[in-house]
Amino acid sequence: MAKILAIVGTDAAAEAMRQIDPEVVAVYPITPQTAIVEKFAEYVAEGQVNTEMINVESEHSAMSACIGAAAAGARVMTATSSQGLALMWEVLYVAAGLRLPIVMANVNRALSAPINIHCDHSDSMGARDSGWIQLYSESAQEFYDNLLQAVRVAEHPEVRLPVMVCVDGFIISHAIDRVEVLEDGQARAFVGEYQPLPGYSLLDAGRPVSVGMFDGLYGYYYEARRAQEEAMARALEVIRQVGEEYGRISGRSYALWEEYGLEDADICLVALNSACGTLRSRLAAWRERGARIGLLKLRVFRPWPEEQLRERLAGFKTVAVFDRALTLAGNCGGPLYRDVAATLYGLPHPPQLVNYIYGLGGRDLTLTMVDAALKGLTEETKEKPVRYLGLRV
Amino acid sequence: MATLAELSNRRELLASGHRLCAGCGAPIAVRQFLLALPPEAQVVVCCPTGCLEVSTTIYPYTAWRCSYIHNAFENAAATLCGVEAAYAALKRKGKIEADFRFAAFGGDGGTYDIGFQSLSGAMERGHKMIYVCYDNEAYMNTGIQRSGATPRGAWTTTSPTGQAQAGKREGRKDLTAIMAEHNLVYVAQASISHWRDTVAKAEKAWEYSKEGPVFVNILSPCHRGWRFPMEKTIEVARLAVRTRFWPLYEVEKGRWRITVDVANPLPVTEWLKPQGRFAHLFRGEGNQEVLRAIQEDVDRQWAKLLSRCQGGAV
Ligand SMILES: Cc1ncc(C[n+]2csc(CCOP(=O)(O)OP(=O)(O)O)c2C)c(N)n1
Ligand code: SF4
Repeated sequence: MAKILAIVGTDAAAEAMRQIDPEVVAVYPITPQTAIVEKFAEYVAEGQVNTEMINVESEHSAMSACIGAAAAGARVMTATSSQGLALMWEVLYVAAGLRLPIVMANVNRALSAPINIHCDHSDSMGARDSGWIQLYSESAQEFYDNLLQAVRVAEHPEVRLPVMVCVDGFIISHAIDRVEVLEDGQARAFVGEYQPLPGYSLLDAGRPVSVGMFDGLYGYYYEARRAQEEAMARALEVIRQVGEEYGRISGRSYALWEEYGLEDADICLVALNSACGTLRSRLAAWRERGARIGLLKLRVFRPWPEEQLRERLAGFKTVAVFDRALTLAGNCGGPLYRDVAATLYGLPHPPQLVNYIYGLGGRDLTLTMVDAALKGLTEETKEKPVRYLGLRV
Repeated sequence: MATLAELSNRRELLASGHRLCAGCGAPIAVRQFLLALPPEAQVVVCCPTGCLEVSTTIYPYTAWRCSYIHNAFENAAATLCGVEAAYAALKRKGKIEADFRFAAFGGDGGTYDIGFQSLSGAMERGHKMIYVCYDNEAYMNTGIQRSGATPRGAWTTTSPTGQAQAGKREGRKDLTAIMAEHNLVYVAQASISHWRDTVAKAEKAWEYSKEGPVFVNILSPCHRGWRFPMEKTIEVARLAVRTRFWPLYEVEKGRWRITVDVANPLPVTEWLKPQGRFAHLFRGEGNQEVLRAIQEDVDRQWAKLLSRCQGGAV
């Protein structure tokens, strides 16, 4: 029987990590991720996990140690936020380029300056092109569920890429939520025992390997990068299958995205993480009044489900993308918006595209703001396609 | 210590055919070190970015007969922490039988400067590994730029000589002593010119690395950067020792000891003269001052070392 807990988001992640029982965890504290590290350290101290935990001196070293441990054939996890993820940036690429199945929880937080500890997606969006799979979670429940699935996705022989599981800082990480967790045995059976691919471990006595070699002047870099693209493309199907399988044991199955009220809608909202809850709750009221608006909650941001999204979004009159980050390209909108725009480009009758920027640096997304946005979508307006919600003037 | 005959019969883990310059000090340091590895032990080597790294693993070839990993420039120590932690975890689970040791070989740039934080962290946390710095006193792989290990007065491409400046203005960082202050089980300073001393230290280092972290700093001249003929590498390294510029010592469980005494040191100019990077110091009047400052650096460092050795017999 599954257990139902009332826990905060960070504890949900620590619980997943306890059940996964990775061989190595290398971490460094940063708000709002810290509580994950602390809780997991307690599990280590109590002997509830079999993990070698390394309390490194920086996030750069955390990811570096994860790379060493994963190359040595261990199952490896870490967690971070914001500046921590930014400090890892250089080695995020190494982890992905070496095709190491590291799983990381990222509690989304704004990047400096000004220094700001609250939720925003600039951190994970900044790591967008690093070759990491990125899954987003609306709630503590999804954070927990995604972390378990991430292990399977990362280690899948068709994929072999690191996976980042994102959740909103404070809004979810520090709020108590109802979380249904699997039994330990069930969770362990689902993630299974990790077996590194033959020839892929530094610690295979008698079969030495060289990892992270120099590519010479005109070597195989191009081919290696292309191979990563192919692995990303294959990951979509693996993520889908793992999500289905997880549904069979937990009753909560996962797909590339989740839909709400889209069957009869002519306006589609697209968003990530906790904002989806706010949008959904407001949509319920609007739909009762006859508004034909629905929500597409995107779970898989990398790999980007281009073809699937193009097909799904093609018929709508309007697509409104909600971004909790900016590209800082000069009023060109947020990263999610730009990906959606690129996806819809070339359709014979593409939907009208609108971008709502919201919640940077933890600014609340209030129901009033959502109402304003929905009003802007349903009534004639001269507003530009890139619009800011809740910005002080 | 193993005899020369024994050593010469051991299998070299760094194979010939790598692309380091002929006469480079770095592979000599690595080979002297790896020869002392207990024959029954396996080793994982990690190199930060630098000459040794780029020249020994040009894909699809590798000069390493042992497992090897390169991650980035500043994180060799942190990377090995991960490997070592994985080993501990997998060994505990019974997934690994063999006896593995872990060694990083980093240039001075990846060790004194950009990699210093991760090195210090790894040492403080007690990861069982050997960190060997092959110190060639500059960033050689990127074309001879100054590092924290570059001596005062040395020409490099970022500490050039000119009307207003005679090479590097600052003295070098005493990294070996800083590592000793991390309270490691074993710290040593060695030179490729004194192979017997180096191998003896390497043997101790491998042994102690079963207990905790070990740091060895080994002078490994680069004739490209130091500007001397390639066949003189060992000779130049020896002059560094004989002038007391590079004292050979060890710190074993906190006890400092000079391992090769230099009773009648040569003036430091004897070490400087054969090297083109100091040539400007021997031209013109104004540079006497710099030469004096270098000799003072050497004398002060030696006095400091002696006081640290106090009871430790020479
Ligand atoms: C973050 C980062 N900064 C700079 C570099 C460029 N870089 C590569 S190797 C190197 C110098 C290496 O010098 P050192 O560690 O002394 O080793 P050597 O080449 O002398 O053997 C530099 C500056 C890099 N690879 N990564
Ligand atoms: S440049 Fe210097 S350090 Fe680099 S390989 Fe040549 S001799 Fe060795």
